[in-house]
Amino acid sequence: MAFTRGFRGRRSDVDPARLPPGQYETKDFPVLSAGPTPHTPLDEWTFTIDGAVGASRRWSWEDFTALPAETLTVDIHCVTKWSKFDTTWTGVPVSALVEGTSPSGEHVVAWSDGGYTTNLPLADVLDGKAWIAHRYGGEPLDPEHGGPARLLVPHLYFWKSAKWVRGLTITEHDEPGFWEGYGYHNHGDPWKEQRYWSD
Amino acid sequence: MSWRHAAIAEVRPETAHAKTLVLDVDGWPGHRAGQHVDIRLTAEDGYQAQRSYSIASAPESPRLELTVERIEDGEVSTYLVDEARAGDEFELRGPIGGYFVWHAGLDGPLVLVAGGSGLVPLVAMLRHRRAARDMTDARLLLSARTADDVLYRDELAALGAGDVAVRLTLTRAAAPPPEFPEAWTRRIDRAMLEELGPAPGTGARIYVCGPTPFVEEAARLLVELGHDARSVRTERFGPTGG
Repeated sequence: MAFTRGFRGRRSDVDPARLPPGQYETKDFPVLSAGPTPHTPLDEWTFTIDGAVGASRRWSWEDFTALPAETLTVDIHCVTKWSKFDTTWTGVPVSALVEGTSPSGEHVVAWSDGGYTTNLPLADVLDGKAWIAHRYGGEPLDPEHGGPARLLVPHLYFWKSAKWVRGLTITEHDEPGFWEGYGYHNHGDPWKEQRYWSD
Repeated sequence: MSWRHAAIAEVRPETAHAKTLVLDVDGWPGHRAGQHVDIRLTAEDGYQAQRSYSIASAPESPRLELTVERIEDGEVSTYLVDEARAGDEFELRGPIGGYFVWHAGLDGPLVLVAGGSGLVPLVAMLRHRRAARDMTDARLLLSARTADDVLYRDELAALGAGDVAVRLTLTRAAAPPPEFPEAWTRRIDRAMLEELGPAPGTGARIYVCGPTPFVEEAARLLVELGHDARSVRTERFGPTGG
């Protein structure tokens, strides 16, 4: 590879162990989404676990926000190259929502208001790896950032953390979601730089 | 997706803060209007930085063109705008993105709403439309700070004199520039989008690109006007992007 004449770059003092390959740190919180921000009234909002689970489960906003929540501080990594450190979220662990169902599939499709979907292995959302977050920095989650609630899967690129999430459907077969169908990687591990389908 | 060698063939100033890089890319597979690329710069000591940039050129163009807006304190855009010149090299991969795209022959009017350098992927659509001699009803609303911040100013005036409805709004100007006598001088609002048209229910394909507050507002107004949310495609430039 040829060097880029005159490019020195800006060495940041970021701990390299925290920054996945090809990423840079931002202090802002950029917004990315494919369409207009939906605004579902909370009295119409529900959250559903269905699909290959035996009996499905559903919560109203009131019931959902009364579930035991966890507060966690994590780094997040967007496929468009920015990473943001030490973001604090409050949400319900996905394990707690799936508990009490009998999943017979190993895949999940998260689906959202506005029609967005993303697919994940079930194992990537259980055991303390994913939450349905409804607060950010101690405040209700802003619609721009996915409120009233979004999936939070901090160990994968952030498009997997579906904004405006309304449910998880357990599936027996892996079904590509929205960006996955447009050439983005099926799994999206930032530490393996799995940005695009052939990475 | 593999990295390709890219060499700058020409640097074209667009405004005081933006330049177009005309590139020769080894084995470039072609693209669709609206797509973007990733570029990777490598310093002499091996340090690398990656960023994404929208493609400005039509698929029909013999060379790939990227327009880069200089972001104050940016790591990559400052290099590309202040320092890069013909003959310089870096790596590039793509094209990336399959949703925010348009091609000749699609049905429905084409409606483009741009804030600042959000114009870049949208001008690729208009350039493609022209190259393909496509007759689709096409309308563009561009919001910029002042007339001097308008990318591709002469080209937009020429498109507006032709068969594209080109409307401009300047958020920090007192009066319209001579070539756009009907330009507004305020932030984007509902009346502007109504006048841009077409009316909801006409099957328009709407593409909105710009900084987040602009995109949020434009998309919200379009839905409020009665456009189907699924017909409104958005792409954003964050306050970062370097």
